[in-house]
Amino acid sequence: MSTKTIEEKQYLIRFKADTKSHLTVLDHDVCMTQCPDKLCTIFCPAEVYKWEGLRMQVGYEGCHECGSCRIGCPYQNIKWEYPKGGHGIVFRLA
Amino acid sequence: MSEKFDVIVVGAGPAGTSCAYTCAKNGLRVLQIERGEYPGSKNVMGGVLYRKQMEEIIPEFWKEAPLERPIVEQRFWMMDKESVVTFGYKGLEWGVEPFNNFTVLRAPFDQWFAKKGVEQGVLLITETVVLECIVEDGKVIGVRTDRPNGEVYADVVVLADGVNSLLGKQLGYHNEFRPDEVALTVMEVINLPKGKINDRFNLEDNQGCTIELFGDSTKGNLGTAFIYTNKESINIGVGTTLSSMIKAKLKPYDLLDYLKTHSMVRPLIEGGESAEYLAHLIPEGGYHSVPKVAGDGVLLVGDAAQLVNAIHREGSNMAMSSGKMAAETIIEAKNRNDFSASSLNLYREKLYDSFIIKDLEKYKDAAHTFENNPQYFNDYVPMMNRAASKFFTVDGTPKREKQKEIMRSITGERGTFKVIQDVYRAWKAVK
Repeated sequence: MSTKTIEEKQYLIRFKADTKSHLTVLDHDVCMTQCPDKLCTIFCPAEVYKWEGLRMQVGYEGCHECGSCRIGCPYQNIKWEYPKGGHGIVFRLA
Repeated sequence: MSEKFDVIVVGAGPAGTSCAYTCAKNGLRVLQIERGEYPGSKNVMGGVLYRKQMEEIIPEFWKEAPLERPIVEQRFWMMDKESVVTFGYKGLEWGVEPFNNFTVLRAPFDQWFAKKGVEQGVLLITETVVLECIVEDGKVIGVRTDRPNGEVYADVVVLADGVNSLLGKQLGYHNEFRPDEVALTVMEVINLPKGKINDRFNLEDNQGCTIELFGDSTKGNLGTAFIYTNKESINIGVGTTLSSMIKAKLKPYDLLDYLKTHSMVRPLIEGGESAEYLAHLIPEGGYHSVPKVAGDGVLLVGDAAQLVNAIHREGSNMAMSSGKMAAETIIEAKNRNDFSASSLNLYREKLYDSFIIKDLEKYKDAAHTFENNPQYFNDYVPMMNRAASKFFTVDGTPKREKQKEIMRSITGERGTFKVIQDVYRAWKAVK
């Protein structure tokens, strides 16, 4: 079967998650008060960002390390680093 | 690790490895640093590798490299909701030596390529992030890694650290991207038996096909989709500028599923098994976004230098050529024992004198034109489909009358003056 949901897609990938997040929301108040659309929860290709009413939940373990959130956040509110060497996403094919 | 090398290459994609390989082959001491578990584990592309630029680095590579299929057919689809206008070219000359291009899977390919470098003497270290360039009196003299005592020094540091190039930003060579300078692309590798691929794409074993899809493939947003045939799998993906994605409030994976279930696409992948899902950014700012590429003790190559021709979906070839030019520059600099900005600026001259910058210059206004004029994707693709439908439907209307009717419907929708303006603008952007 070919996948239908983002959960199924993410399930195909191998991740070697670090214990520490490489993505940091600098100020959760900015998400809360200035960003009604919570754009990162829409365009992030891995659904890493989920709004949980009061703060932004960051599921860095499933990150593709593409960089979109750093560039697309309208408030430059995301600190973006690479995961520690050898960690993060491990593409096996393409 | 406080040893000193001739060259440190950051990144083991096509640009970095081309540079490392060429330097080592010419006797330089090269350290190549890759942050992933293995070369290719962080690298993504749709899947087209160009023969010419690869061959300039490793002659007759197709005899041993892990390639998928030589591409013998390139199709272009102008897609509407329930129809498509197609054109393309199939030529058997592309199916025999020396070939034109190939589909590849990057994880196996990049590992093979990096191994060729190691055979030439490159010291490859994986699972290591370069945190920053070490700069002394404005000159890059080495890098600091995330290893204990992880400082290493070299005459030249080559930044092949990909589209995000945090190191290029650290040096102030590039500013942060605007969302309209990058395309966010997602794809899936879908396994399908070889026989099914051959039947569905009208291919024989060892023949490949690429399809680039415009129009409804991105729901009319600025971008494209693609379907490439591997030996026993298909790469299917779609991307738009990040700015379009944001403006349309599109979830990239929803767009991918829209494509996969599109009535024109679905039969090609029916029954396939998804094997991997990948997301990546493509630097599509073109000519105007190319940063400073050479400085005191440092060079930028490949995606880190924004070398992608989005119109012709060329990138891996530019990466390889730029890596090779950087290597040639370093070899000459080594002979002069001068690694200053003016000495290394030879790389910039080579780059600007080659097909790379010439092609980027040719299309320098294309992205901007299409971003600001969504009618090309939104209106003209459906219009083409309606015109083709009308023209090829046999309903007793004389052909000349049909032609007039089609012209009237086009100019009627947008106005004659607007249509002329649109045609002129598009021609100017790509001429």
